[in-house]
Amino acid sequence: MIQVENLTKAFGPKVAVDDVSFSVQRGEILGFLGPNGAGKSTTMRMITGYIPPTAGVVKVGGNDVTEKPIEAKRLMGYLPESAPLYTDMTVEGFLGFCAEVRGIRDADKSKAIDRAIDMCFLKSVRHQSVDTLSKGYRHRTGFAQAIIHDPDILVMDEPTDGLDPNQKQEVRSLIRRMGQSKAIIFSTHILEEVEAACTRAIIIDQGKVVANGTPNELKAKSELANSYTVSVSGTEAASVRDKLGSVIQSSKVTIVNDKPPTVVARVFPKSADGEGELGRAIFDIASQNNWKVSEIKKEEGRMDDIFRNITLPDTQAQ
Amino acid sequence: MKSIWTITKRELAGYFNSPVAYVFLVIFLLMTGAFTFLIGQFMDRNQATLQAFFMWHPWIYLFLVPAVGMRLWSEERRLGTMELLLTMPISLWHCIIGKFLASWLFLTLALVMTFPIWITVNYLGDPDNTVIVASYIGSFFLAGAYLSITSMTSAFTRNQVISFILSVVICLFLVLCGWPPVTDVVEPLAPRWIVEFVAASSVMTNVEQFNNGQIDSRAVIYFLSVIGFPLFATSVIIRGLRA
Repeated sequence: MIQVENLTKAFGPKVAVDDVSFSVQRGEILGFLGPNGAGKSTTMRMITGYIPPTAGVVKVGGNDVTEKPIEAKRLMGYLPESAPLYTDMTVEGFLGFCAEVRGIRDADKSKAIDRAIDMCFLKSVRHQSVDTLSKGYRHRTGFAQAIIHDPDILVMDEPTDGLDPNQKQEVRSLIRRMGQSKAIIFSTHILEEVEAACTRAIIIDQGKVVANGTPNELKAKSELANSYTVSVSGTEAASVRDKLGSVIQSSKVTIVNDKPPTVVARVFPKSADGEGELGRAIFDIASQNNWKVSEIKKEEGRMDDIFRNITLPDTQAQ
Repeated sequence: MKSIWTITKRELAGYFNSPVAYVFLVIFLLMTGAFTFLIGQFMDRNQATLQAFFMWHPWIYLFLVPAVGMRLWSEERRLGTMELLLTMPISLWHCIIGKFLASWLFLTLALVMTFPIWITVNYLGDPDNTVIVASYIGSFFLAGAYLSITSMTSAFTRNQVISFILSVVICLFLVLCGWPPVTDVVEPLAPRWIVEFVAASSVMTNVEQFNNGQIDSRAVIYFLSVIGFPLFATSVIIRGLRA
């Protein structure tokens, strides 16, 4: 549904988005991750046709956004960053305006408004003026505007920014529900959100795509992925390190915590340890040495870990 | 066409949703009345014309039209709603024209509300109503010309005050460059054709035609270009903002 090919945007000498390519199909929810200023918003603005790209092509439902902007924009719903709204209108009036601009009129219009208000839990503020709304309601009004025409494609710039935890949860489940029949792109810098809602994630840093995969694939790239954390007592840290270090499958052992009588060690595998051989080997060592194992846990890898590893070196350099 | 009307409706409602519209209408009517009767000495003239009424319009509009139009685009920029509007499936031109029409309609409403003076002059005497109609048309075009300039200056900046001041300055130039007290001073200093050319591009010279009861095609073309060019500039500025 969305195809982005070699997209580049330069503001003067500063390259905000640098040769970005990806695509999103129906039924996919793409999480767009990156530190502040990485080029997430700029990319989304180019996809939605707000700013023209310096180079590259964006195709939405087969329509080139630069050449056929109206056709492309018709297929998309867009929630810009910080959800801008006309503050002098009521929620209902604003949604009605957005529906009309999109060519939805008369009976269809009131149906579309009702549907959007229902989906975004706006019933209680329906006739309220936008400038009297709390941040959460404003955000949901912006969200309602984006789905007023039940678009095939949804582009959202930080849709959960500024919401309280319950509202975040609501918006995430809304995105998940809609993601079954639509193509969705949303940006965020909340990593748990990516795990909770996305089918795929792209990490962008300094205008470049630095990682692209399912949340599980990304997590597997984490240093921690497939390592084992072992808590044992009845021994000493040095001995734990030596004994576990002698396991063939392990590449490295670190002591995470050494508070007698408990020692917490992390054992990293030499290669991806699919069968759990390293785990069995750790158990063997523990029983041979009469350690009392209170906990052994296989790490899945963490999103924040991979995010830091990929994006931190640049930030530190600055 | 429908999308233009949707934009226009929203903008117009925006005026009436706030006190701005009512404050403006009251001030406009008070000012036109005060200028006509107190300074223009409508009664003492003892003439069945509305000259004392229309002669002040270029000056009254100079401040009131920029006040009406200053928010057109600067407000969109300040609120960030421009991003919303321009990612809707409508062309930039529809937005520009829709917004412009809304303000122009509002100013037309203000102008129409001056009808009691027309009734007054018809009650007191026997005026040439064709001249009055022509003058009203001239005033309508004049408001459009100022407004179009304000549309352009409001696209420049997210600050309404700057938009207002820029617009007043540009409109003032268009007034002064054809106003006899100024042209008389400049005349000996520059070649005659330059003075004539500049004077011909003044709103004063052109609105005068209408006030004399003539609807001259040249004056009509003049006003249409003074409306058209700044609207075109508005689109260039907005496109430039996004590039």
